[in-house]
Amino acid sequence: MFAAQLAFTLLVAAFLIVPALLSMLAGVTANYFRGISSGLTLDWVLQVWELYADTIFRSFEIAFATLACTLAIGVPAAYGLYVRGDRLARLIEEIITLPLAIPGLAIALALLLTYGGFGDFRRSWSFILVGHVVFTLPFMVRSVMAVLGQIDVRTLDESAASLGASPWRRFRDVIVPNAAPGILAGSLMVVTLSLGEFNLTWMLHTPLTKTLPVGLADSYASMRLEVASAYTLVFFVMIIPLLVAMQLIGRRNGRPGTARA
Amino acid sequence: MSRATFVWLCLLPLAVVTVAFFVLPMARLVATGSTGPSGVAAYAAILTEPRYRATLINTVLLAAATTAATLAIATVSGLFLERQRFPGRSILIAMLTFPLAFPGVVVGFMIILLAGRQGLIGDLTNRLFGEKLVLAYSMQGLFLGYLYFSIPRVILTVMAGVEKLDPRLEEAARSLGAGPWAVHRDVILPALVPAFVASGAIAFATAMGAFGTAFTLATNIDVLPMLIYTEFTLSANIAMAAALSVGLGLVAWAMLALGRTVSGGAVAAAG
Repeated sequence: MFAAQLAFTLLVAAFLIVPALLSMLAGVTANYFRGISSGLTLDWVLQVWELYADTIFRSFEIAFATLACTLAIGVPAAYGLYVRGDRLARLIEEIITLPLAIPGLAIALALLLTYGGFGDFRRSWSFILVGHVVFTLPFMVRSVMAVLGQIDVRTLDESAASLGASPWRRFRDVIVPNAAPGILAGSLMVVTLSLGEFNLTWMLHTPLTKTLPVGLADSYASMRLEVASAYTLVFFVMIIPLLVAMQLIGRRNGRPGTARA
Repeated sequence: MSRATFVWLCLLPLAVVTVAFFVLPMARLVATGSTGPSGVAAYAAILTEPRYRATLINTVLLAAATTAATLAIATVSGLFLERQRFPGRSILIAMLTFPLAFPGVVVGFMIILLAGRQGLIGDLTNRLFGEKLVLAYSMQGLFLGYLYFSIPRVILTVMAGVEKLDPRLEEAARSLGAGPWAVHRDVILPALVPAFVASGAIAFATAMGAFGTAFTLATNIDVLPMLIYTEFTLSANIAMAAALSVGLGLVAWAMLALGRTVSGGAVAAAG
C-alpha cells in the first residue's frame, strides 16, 4: 500500500517537475533534437538577451514601481483598516479583494474601456503599472494586517501617545518597524506576482511596453524551442530566489507562503 | 491632528486608487455590456446564442473535470504525504508545490514540452508504437495544463485538512471493527469535505478564468476566456466581450465566495 501510494505520488511529482527541468536543460543545449550529446551552450541565453533584454528590464521596472505604490498605499491603509475594524473596514477589504476573484482579462477590458482614450497614458508602461497595483494591493494589505494582528498595536500606539507622539510619528516610528515582517512578506509577494503577471498585462501592453511574460508568450509562439526554453530559464532564475525567500520568511512568521500563477 | 483624522488620511490613497482604477472601470464594463445591438439581452446571449452556449458548456465541463481529477489526485497524494514520514519527504512536497508561482503561459509551455510536437510523450509513443501522440494543442492538452497548475494549490489545502483530522475518530472506528476502506469512506473523507469544497472552488474558478494557458496552447481552443479575447481583439465586438467578461467574473466570484465561506480565508484565482 505504501509502495503504491509512493509510486503514484512520485508519478504526479514527475508530471510537474520533469517539463520544468527539461525546459531548463533545453535552454542550454545546443540542439534539442539531438539532446545533450550535442553539447551545452550559452548561445541561446545570449540570443534571448539580444532579443528580449528590454522586456526583462521593463518587468523589473514595473515590479519595483508596483512595490513602491503598494507600499505607499497599502501599508497606511492596512493600519487604517486594522485600527477601524468596523463594518466599513470589512467592506473596503472585500472590495479591494475583488480583483483577485475577477479574471484578469475582465479587469484589463474594464481599464481599456475607461482609460483607453487617454493616448499618452495608454501607451506608457504606467498603464500596465495601474493594473498590477490593483491586482497586488490586496496581498500587501492582507499581509500587513495579518502581522498587525500579531503585535499589540493598541498598547504600542497608546504608550507612544502617552509620551506625546503625534499620530504620524507613532505610525512612522512605532507601528511600521514592528510591522516589518508583514511588510517584507507582502513585498516579496507583490514583486513575484508582478514579475509573473500575464492575463492583465497581455491585454494592456503595446509593442513598446512588453513585459517578460508577454515576451515569453511571443517566444513560445514564434521562436524555436531552445530560445523559448532559454527565455523560460531566465524567468525561473529571476523567480525562484523570490519563491525560496517567501517560503523562508513565511516559515519564520509561522505561515506557509503561496503565490499566484 | 487627531487620530481619527490620521486614520482617514491613511485610507485616502487606497480609496482614490481603488475607485479610480477598479470600481469605475468595472462599472463602465457592466454598462458597456448592454450597449451592443442587442442591448441588455447581450447578457443572456451566453445562454441563448448556440455558439456561446457551446463555449460555456465546454468551459464548465473542463473546469469540472479538472476539479474532480485534481481532488482525486490530491487526496491520494495528500493523505500519503501528510500521514507518512520517510527520507526525501520534504523534497517531494517541495517538488509538488513548486509550480505554484508559474504564470499560465509557462504552464502552457510545460505542456508543450510534455505533449507537443517535439514533446516527451510523443517521443515515447513514437518509440513504442511508431506513431507520435500530440496532445498539447487540444482540449486534452488544456486539461493537462489545468491539472498542472491546480494540483499544487489543492494538495496544500488537502494536506492542511488532513493535518487537522482527529485521529481519535479513526481509532474509534477501527476499534469497532471497521476495515481500512470503511474507515476512509465513513470517517476520513467526510471530515475532509470542507477542505475539498474550499480547494475545489478555487480550482474551478481558476480553470474557468484561465487565459494564459489556453492562449499559449492554441488560439482555436473553445473556452470562455479565449472567446472573450477573440470577441474583443478580432471581432471588435466590445459590448459582447464586456457582457461575457461580466458573466465570467460573476461565476468566478460566486465560486470563490463559496470557497471562502467554507474555509474562512481569502482566496485568489489565477491562470
